[in-house]
Amino acid sequence: MATNATASARSHLDWLEDEAIYILREVAGQCSNPVLLFSGGKDSICLLRLAEKAFRPGRFPFPLLHIDTGHNYAEVTDFRDRRAAELGERLIVRSVEDSMKRGTVVLKTPTESRNKHQSVTLLEAIEEFGFDCCIGGARRDEEKARAKERIMSFRDEFGQWDPKNQRPELWDLYNARVFKGENIRAFPISNWTELDVWQYIEREGLALPSIYFAHTRPVVRRGGALVPVTPLTPPRDGDAVVDLSVRFRTVGDITCTAPVESDADTVAKIVAETAATTITERGATRLDDQTSEASMEQRKKEGYF
Amino acid sequence: MSPAPEDRGLLRLTTCGSVDDGKSTLIGRLLFDTRSILVDTLSAIERTSQKRGLSAVDLSLLTDGLVAEREQGITIDVAYRYFSTGTRKFIIADAPGHEQYTRNMVTAASTADLAVILVDARKGVLPQTRRHSYIAKLMGIRHIVVAVNKMDLVAYDRAVFERITAEYRAFADAAGLRDVVFIPMSALDGDMVVDRGEAMPWYAGPTLLDVLHATPAMQGEAVDRPLRFPVQYVCRVHDAGLAENAVVDASRAGAGYRGFMGRVASGEVRPGDAVRVLPSGRETRVKSVELMGQALDRAVVQQSVTIVLDEEVDISRGDMIVRADGAPEATKQLDAMVCWLSETPLDRARKYVVRHTTRETKAAVASIEYRIDIHTAGETPATELRMNDIARVRFKLAQPVFADAYTACRATGAFIVIDESTNNTVGAGMVL
Repeated sequence: MATNATASARSHLDWLEDEAIYILREVAGQCSNPVLLFSGGKDSICLLRLAEKAFRPGRFPFPLLHIDTGHNYAEVTDFRDRRAAELGERLIVRSVEDSMKRGTVVLKTPTESRNKHQSVTLLEAIEEFGFDCCIGGARRDEEKARAKERIMSFRDEFGQWDPKNQRPELWDLYNARVFKGENIRAFPISNWTELDVWQYIEREGLALPSIYFAHTRPVVRRGGALVPVTPLTPPRDGDAVVDLSVRFRTVGDITCTAPVESDADTVAKIVAETAATTITERGATRLDDQTSEASMEQRKKEGYF
Repeated sequence: MSPAPEDRGLLRLTTCGSVDDGKSTLIGRLLFDTRSILVDTLSAIERTSQKRGLSAVDLSLLTDGLVAEREQGITIDVAYRYFSTGTRKFIIADAPGHEQYTRNMVTAASTADLAVILVDARKGVLPQTRRHSYIAKLMGIRHIVVAVNKMDLVAYDRAVFERITAEYRAFADAAGLRDVVFIPMSALDGDMVVDRGEAMPWYAGPTLLDVLHATPAMQGEAVDRPLRFPVQYVCRVHDAGLAENAVVDASRAGAGYRGFMGRVASGEVRPGDAVRVLPSGRETRVKSVELMGQALDRAVVQQSVTIVLDEEVDISRGDMIVRADGAPEATKQLDAMVCWLSETPLDRARKYVVRHTTRETKAAVASIEYRIDIHTAGETPATELRMNDIARVRFKLAQPVFADAYTACRATGAFIVIDESTNNTVGAGMVL
């Protein structure tokens, strides 16, 4: 248990939790107008629990923000709204479709993934509300380009991440100072792995959107990944549609999030499966990251989370 | 869930060495042999290995990072890697070993409990070995593993290993490094990293993973020190609806609920403990130690909690709650070893900001005592401080800080120097 204070030996989850709470409180202490990015996904669900631990009995010293591509699973957006209401915290939703109407997002093709366009809408929201820090659930183990990410990562006024111009980060003395227009991306669960996240969800008994658990869904196999059959991702000519027991490991934009084959229908089974797993999270399930080995670095430079 | 039979918590380590020492291969080997490399990552580096015309998979590619680095063929920044053995989680801070990147090694070492220093068996103890060892010592790393790598290239010769061990030991004793373990290994073939292998039956000591498993993490060591609790954030609740989450009934206390939020930097805290609040000097007792509405019977070092005090005391971020009979001295002067991190040299005419725990104050350099020659660990007179320099510096502070010696407690002995004109972190200090 997190609160088993009689045990002097702290488990790895205790340590990760202590660190994340510390980081959240540093954001609250140093930044004047932070926001927490909450998508309804498992990493940001952990962030909400950590924020409860960090700030209750008080209110969160920040609102929640979701950048909605308009292509999210209804189970996830419903969960998002329900969870924010349960917590009694303010949820702001800004949508990529509004950016498209404004003309700030222009799609090359109507069916193009809107995932990378979230950056534009996020930067617009940052400007609209004057946020000086965005708290996100990114982890260093997710992808190569993230292994060197700071806990508090500096972005210039264009939201750009410059890997050659990051502040040294020593001990736990985080420097979140910015000038007007610049901002910090803070990553309290930087040091967590996918397995840590699932173990924490289990320990804390956290609720999740249903699509994280095994369910039967029509899919096609394409390039080693499973593509769910949806109105946005219809089967192509020659595709064989099969019903498989699958679960999602990440729940981003429908057009670029693929499920994996699994019978794990409880958190305990997912923990066991994750412990034994042999494919990294993004490799298995993010169709966009495979475009090129360096695609994440490129998108981060453009202001992606 | 079925908990692991024994959770040995988490150990943070750093690896020091250059590309030539096989450092990337060693990290790749640790990840690979603990099954922390996953199929898709492995197939990606297999493809790259083939593209580059290599016959075997090059494990060093696993730690190959950013495009910007690949273009230059160097590593420009500290990278963090993770692996777990099921009973313990490990975080590796991988620092590039090039001479000009002292600041990266200082950064990586600042959070490490243990340092792995690589030595090429063919080359023995080099100036860079001494440099890495000096920085590890400076940064307060208590456990050193000297990995004598590339034993496969010296025919696994025991005499080579013993010669390097003797040479390093003489130097380590002089440098005051006490807990040093020597391991002969071949990261390329995997001998003595995770598995023992067959090649060195003459070596009876532990493998690298054995040592990583057995080394105590820092939090164990700072428990015996008096309480230090830097306040990060103050929680005030007047709203009765939210206060139902509070351990202390907010409606009872006239002024509402007031919780002091932070992370225990050293020692421990229990309800009833006599504490002093700095800088006011007010003494009172701890009413409760809690987290998210749950009362705790104590909180230990590195634990994030909320403290509620018996009496109403005015406390804000940057204040420190300490044990009443073991308080640190408030000081407006810091004598410290400082590593300069910025490309812009230290300007003695300027004011900087010092951040110590959660407290910030304006600061100016009173004097630079000497600079360390990192190759010889010798002291040389200095009037300026450039990037990667390490020097003994005295700062004058506008407001007092409550510091301990860095060697006694890292969390309350460390500070950073911030340049207000850029907001950059430009220096790292260790209080003497």
